[in-house]
Amino acid sequence: MAYVSIADRDHEVEHHDPTTFISKYVWSQDHKVIAIQYGVTAMFVGLVALALSMLMRLQLGFPDSFSFITPVDYYQFITMHGMIMVIFLLTALFLGGFGNYLIPLMIGSRDMVFPFMNMLSYWLYLVSVIILLASFFVPGGATGAGWTLYPPQAILPGTPGSELGIVLMIASLAVFIVAFTMGGLNYVTTILQARARGMTLMRMPLSLWGIFVATILGLLAFPALFVSAVMMTLDKAVGTSFFMPAIMSMGEGLEHKGGSPVLFQHLFWFFGHPEVYIVALPAFGLVSDLLSTHARKNIFGYRMMVWAILAIGGLSFIVWAHHMYVSGMNPYFGFFFATTTLIIAVPTAIKVYNWVLTLWQGNIHLTVPMLFAIGFIFTFTHGGLTGIFLGNVAVDLPLSDTYFVVAHFHMVMGVSPVLVVFGSIYHWYPKITGRMFNETLGKWHFWLTFFGTYAIYLPMHYLGFLGVPRRYYAMGDTEFMPESAFTLNQSITISALFVGVVQLLFLYNMIVSLKKGKPAGHNPWKATTLEWQTPDTPPKHGNWGHDLPVVHRWAYDYSVPGYHDDFIPQNVPDSAAPSAGDSGSDE
Amino acid sequence: MATVIGWLLRQTLNAEPWNANDPLENEPGRGVLETDPAKIGLLSFLAVVTSLFALFLSAYMMRMSLGDWRPLTEPNLLWANSAVLILASFAFQLTRGAANRGQLLTVKAGLVAGGVCTALFLLGQLVAWQQLAANGYILSGNPATSFFYLLTALHGLHLLGGMWVWGRTTLRIFAGADTESVRLSVELCTVYWHYLLLVWIGLFGLLLST
Repeated sequence: MAYVSIADRDHEVEHHDPTTFISKYVWSQDHKVIAIQYGVTAMFVGLVALALSMLMRLQLGFPDSFSFITPVDYYQFITMHGMIMVIFLLTALFLGGFGNYLIPLMIGSRDMVFPFMNMLSYWLYLVSVIILLASFFVPGGATGAGWTLYPPQAILPGTPGSELGIVLMIASLAVFIVAFTMGGLNYVTTILQARARGMTLMRMPLSLWGIFVATILGLLAFPALFVSAVMMTLDKAVGTSFFMPAIMSMGEGLEHKGGSPVLFQHLFWFFGHPEVYIVALPAFGLVSDLLSTHARKNIFGYRMMVWAILAIGGLSFIVWAHHMYVSGMNPYFGFFFATTTLIIAVPTAIKVYNWVLTLWQGNIHLTVPMLFAIGFIFTFTHGGLTGIFLGNVAVDLPLSDTYFVVAHFHMVMGVSPVLVVFGSIYHWYPKITGRMFNETLGKWHFWLTFFGTYAIYLPMHYLGFLGVPRRYYAMGDTEFMPESAFTLNQSITISALFVGVVQLLFLYNMIVSLKKGKPAGHNPWKATTLEWQTPDTPPKHGNWGHDLPVVHRWAYDYSVPGYHDDFIPQNVPDSAAPSAGDSGSDE
Repeated sequence: MATVIGWLLRQTLNAEPWNANDPLENEPGRGVLETDPAKIGLLSFLAVVTSLFALFLSAYMMRMSLGDWRPLTEPNLLWANSAVLILASFAFQLTRGAANRGQLLTVKAGLVAGGVCTALFLLGQLVAWQQLAANGYILSGNPATSFFYLLTALHGLHLLGGMWVWGRTTLRIFAGADTESVRLSVELCTVYWHYLLLVWIGLFGLLLST
């Protein structure tokens, strides 16, 4: 039998709409509902991690003032804050939240290819979150091993949670990895097989390219975390010696011998580095679409942007040991990884130039999403430049495990992708809810967050240069730390508390605008991409009504000369509109 | 990965997406893989599984290079188990052909044979474990032993997962379904079983030689 694509056999398949409340909003197989479930869960657990960071900052800024924060608590806070933010918030939100919502809508399909497995993936994610949060309440509390969970300390007494907390952490990660694999298979297969007629890969908006490549990275990299987690659990529970060397603990020699802690580091970072690109690539894709829509201009260099995403994705697998320069490994490895790290800076920089060139002479509308997108360019450039410092072995040696590293990764992972998350939520809010958010609140949210996060992280680099170490409960009296460093810590804490409170503006705006927001119409931003061309807003189950859309052009026909409007949606046939390629000259 | 990158490059290299009349982009069926989505899903999953085993194997090689490694002598039963697994793959391959040709009885027989052989393999693995443990080679012993248990357990668990799909397919066909409705499932099972056989051959070979 000849193969008939999913888009072409749409009228032969029976479409069943869910009818009961439970099947529509709880056990839902609709990608939009699942996306919102992911988003709400991720944001909730993100708020928990935000609260943890506030407690950490209280301790760091005012070391002798809060006796209820003990060193044990502090290490548990930093570990859970890190793990939640990186994996349970950012990865889940970008891929589970934005991926689930946008993929079927942007490619013109009715839903994901495996809707039941999609639903399962969300509920397993929820289970993984519950297991993780439960670790706070078991004897010994949550693990305090740092989000990197390095053995031997992670499973030895002296580290908080070394009995039960670490086991629950690993269990939670294992469940998350299963959930993520299910989701990932969906995203990849749907993008490959369920695109509407005329939607070629090169007509997809960059949001999808970012999510697509990030998913592939995740599918290939998360097994490394799984491997290291399984082996560490066996070391703890059964007494194997994968990572545990011959070691004394609490005055007694343990049974383990011969294992290698560095092996764990290799496995962990083989996962860990692609993980940061799993967070960054969707952000890159989304911000490209925000910039071009709100500047009414096609993204500059679309093909290079696609190839840069592919190159960054591929290269991300060969840079991992730049997290291990101080681990005692062979210095020639350091040389190799420093080289690949600097190479990966090239496609990343190309993307930054293209974003700026997209804005150049664009008809820039400084809407709330646009503000966040421009804020991303600033903060990501900043954080990326400090990454180049750290990518060089010689410069990394004194800066390793100082606040310079903390400032760097917060800028590139904590500030810039989160600015994209906010910008994207504001941008798609009218699509998801049918209403507009309050613009004034949105602008206050942006400016206070943007300047606030600079107030937190810019001075932190200086602390790193001084040599102030990370993961210390308190600095105490040391000669190399002047009084001003302590004052700086106080100012960072106050800025952090301020920024934390400012996020309430966002929450308030999102919730109240659900009822009080102005009805938005079907395409308030006048965007070209398919998700804005659905017959209903918010889209109903099945997304497109009776007929699937047919795509005739790429996602960036903004301000095309000769057309009566400054945008041409992707499903407008070329008989009705000129194409950017028709303008005569080669541009 | 090279195949994927190569295909992606061909889809993207000469395209001019800004030109709505680009002949390359307007080719009918451009970029559509003529394969059932379930098969693409399975192949993507197999990429994940390959990553998993490859990483365990690199951990194995790294650990092997540290001083305290004592190579393990594998129980001879593993040779018999391997033969049984090959029979299982064979049975699935026959079933797949029969499903394509609509031969109901052969499909039923083939599925049962495949399932029985796999169950025998899994039981055989458990017996091999028992033999090792009885001789004092336990999980927390020498790293070579630990890895033996770990790698065979992983492979066995993946087979067990496959048995779940096999179980549903077999129940369907014995409940009266026709060969056409199980054709896809049988095809997917066959690919999966052949894949796990290849993994087993690789694992067994590595364990034997180290």
